[in-house]
Amino acid sequence: MLKLSETIYNALRKHGEETYPHECCGVLLGRSEGDTNAVEDAVRAGNTRTDSAHNRYHIAPQELVKIQRQARERGLDIVGFYHSHPDHPAQWSPTDFAEAHWLSCSYVITAVAKGVAQKTNSFLLKGTTEEDKSFEDETIQVEELVAGRC
Amino acid sequence: MKIFIPTPLREYADKQDAVQVKAQTVSDALDQLTTQHPNLKRHLYSEEGKLRAFVNVYLNDEDVRYLPEKEATTVSETDSLSIIPSIAGGC
Repeated sequence: MLKLSETIYNALRKHGEETYPHECCGVLLGRSEGDTNAVEDAVRAGNTRTDSAHNRYHIAPQELVKIQRQARERGLDIVGFYHSHPDHPAQWSPTDFAEAHWLSCSYVITAVAKGVAQKTNSFLLKGTTEEDKSFEDETIQVEELVAGRC
Repeated sequence: MKIFIPTPLREYADKQDAVQVKAQTVSDALDQLTTQHPNLKRHLYSEEGKLRAFVNVYLNDEDVRYLPEKEATTVSETDSLSIIPSIAGGC
């Protein structure tokens, strides 16, 4: 299960709308407990695939190193990643699978149709090695905002 | 020096997020890491003994592949290595 706040959920969907018709991408920071990845922050990342940004994304490893360092300083781990599929379903593609290497992390995909975020799905990368990995549909639990009291 | 372990590989490093080694070079540091934690080896290296293509190794903020001496680069106690699997995809 992927747990995240409504604010983070909305932010990663909005990111996909902002970068449309290109793919957005980012990193989910939080904590892993068993099969649950609890997200505490979503960090936007640049898409280096400027040659084909409408259907590919890639996060520079150097940016990942920095994000991982900042997460560590906050006591958080990288627990997943997100990206958008412009005018394409929120379903992992063969490219997504081939390029997925962070076992036990969540891969969140938002479909963006004509600039408007549609379905958001999450897939947990299961397995113990590169050879036996697989994507498994993962429930997204969005914790709704509670109105503040005076 | 410290070697930072990414989330998916920590279960093969006694659940540690960083491993301390004493090394002269990047290659030496990685050897010591896989000696201390042998189960990491198959996740980092191909059957031919080369770093897997999707495994990035950074010495501080520099990609080891682009350093003049690559894995033979000398390291000091205050340096750190980060192991970062690549992240990419698309529809």
